[in-house]
Amino acid sequence: MRPTITQAAGERTAFLTDSTLCIGCKACEVACKEWNGIEADGLDLTGFSYDNTKALGHSTWRHVKFVEGLPEPGIGGNDPGMVSWEFSSDVCKHCEVARCLEACPTGALVRTEFGGVFLQPDICNGCAYCVVACPFGVVQKNEQDGRAFKCTFCTDRQKAGMEPACAKACPTQSIKFGLLDELKQEADERMQVLRDRGMHDATLYDPVETSVKGIHSMFILRGEPETYNLPPNPEVPTIYLKDGWKSAAFEAVAMVAAVATSFLLWRRSS
Amino acid sequence: MAGVEAGTDFEGRLEEMRREAYLKGRVDSTGARPAGSPMPVASPHEGYYRQPLLKEPQWTPLVPLYFFVGGASGSLGVIGSLADVFSGEKELAQKARLMSFVGVAISSTLLILDLGRPSRFLNMLRVFKPQSPMSVGSWVLAGFGASSAVANAADFIEAEWGEGTLAAQLRNLGRVGCVVFGMPFHNYTGVLIGASVIPVWNRRIRSLPREFGMSGLQSAVGLLELTGETDSNALNLLGLVSAAFEAWEGAELLRNHDPSLLPAKRGPSGILVQLAGALSGPVPIALRIASLFTREKKTLRRIAAVCGVAGSILMRYGWVRAGSVSARDWRIPLEIEPSASAATRLEERQTSRLERARQ
Repeated sequence: MRPTITQAAGERTAFLTDSTLCIGCKACEVACKEWNGIEADGLDLTGFSYDNTKALGHSTWRHVKFVEGLPEPGIGGNDPGMVSWEFSSDVCKHCEVARCLEACPTGALVRTEFGGVFLQPDICNGCAYCVVACPFGVVQKNEQDGRAFKCTFCTDRQKAGMEPACAKACPTQSIKFGLLDELKQEADERMQVLRDRGMHDATLYDPVETSVKGIHSMFILRGEPETYNLPPNPEVPTIYLKDGWKSAAFEAVAMVAAVATSFLLWRRSS
Repeated sequence: MAGVEAGTDFEGRLEEMRREAYLKGRVDSTGARPAGSPMPVASPHEGYYRQPLLKEPQWTPLVPLYFFVGGASGSLGVIGSLADVFSGEKELAQKARLMSFVGVAISSTLLILDLGRPSRFLNMLRVFKPQSPMSVGSWVLAGFGASSAVANAADFIEAEWGEGTLAAQLRNLGRVGCVVFGMPFHNYTGVLIGASVIPVWNRRIRSLPREFGMSGLQSAVGLLELTGETDSNALNLLGLVSAAFEAWEGAELLRNHDPSLLPAKRGPSGILVQLAGALSGPVPIALRIASLFTREKKTLRRIAAVCGVAGSILMRYGWVRAGSVSARDWRIPLEIEPSASAATRLEERQTSRLERARQ
């Protein structure tokens, strides 16, 4: 039995996705699609590993990555002749400083009471600016529908006191759901357990030191985050705004000055 | 990583590993891949099967066109508001005002048609978010459109009922609005794409607003010249100034050897950006200077105008396309460089983690 999460108002929740426990069953992908009524991705064979979903997108809010690596004798008890195989279920990071939310000109993207980032489909007008705002490449516009979509953090389920569908469906508790602060502690404990067992390549992915200021979906990985298509130093594009507007203001003043000066120089004396 | 790829020197790699084991007492790096296996791997050097991390911009081709029309319209609004104040160019100013209004009407249409849900375009005006250039832009577009409409209403009233206080007051109101909103309207699109996660855009965050703004001014000058204003020396000077600026920006881009700027230099997107740079920089400079010394003054200025306008359009298409190319490059956001320094940094990180783990 899983402990039930009792939430007080305003308490922030999170995912901790532990790839050392993931068996790659894709139950989270299926549960997510079923609960949220998302369309199928279609059958598209990639030719690399057994991952035919490739990436998160408008119709994929959970994505199980199949990380096949070189044979690594002695690591995780792999047969030295076999490729090493890891799985990790990816999801929207629900950033503390979420650029998609900041960039949205309609206010369709909002912060929920659980700390997640929620896209209101009844407000979104499909301007697609959030697509180029996400440092994790999560948000995508559905060209047929016209609107952008991403993980809802199962806000509807959370409001009803339930855990998100993916966490509920996970058979190995690789996807843990709980209060952010408790999960951070749990992640540290788990990392210690893994180290004690000799799994020295285990890493906790939680970029609190970057301008993203932390995420609501932490990951325990093996090896470098790059292998899992996770940016080692994700940056919120907000950091570029100041330089951009400064330069725009400078140019605008120069333009007006140039127009005024040019016409002053050739004043028509009529 | 010599010897790791399938079909390469397998025995040689084994030798290396034996030597490493002999010298250090352990082998840290990965072993050799089974020969003959074509399986791609996920690794800190290959990323996740070289799958792109970032999403490509999903704008339709109407958006670069919107960038162009908006840039020209904003600059025309400023010219239309100032030309008759600072000189007697009444007709030129009136023409610029009218063209700027047509421009703002076209650009609003383009923006709305690009939306996934065009019927919801007014949702843009339900909030104002200073931290979102898209939101700021929507309000600037609305403000500029209103100001331009007021200025043109004044011109219409004057044409129908003659000069009066109402027309004068309205024109002054429109004039102020067109300058205030025209300033951000002609260059905010540079901030819009610069403040994104697309590497080729955000590495140029300082220059994109300047480049787009001056390009907008040049296309405004070009459009006025193409509609008959080839006598104005002021316009020729403005054309020269903006072209000189574009030439400087183009040279500055070529001097910058940041590998993430390659989409703006090579490949189809690079050709577009570079062609746009030539058409809005050196070519119009040469033509405009030559026009001062020849009898074919008007023809040369018209050619310069066509080049400037074409360069301005191509520039927006080139940069947006470069953005798509840049988004597909998995290396940049994952900080995987083909250089040795990146590999060293990675190794350092791995070693320090191992040491921390051992403590």
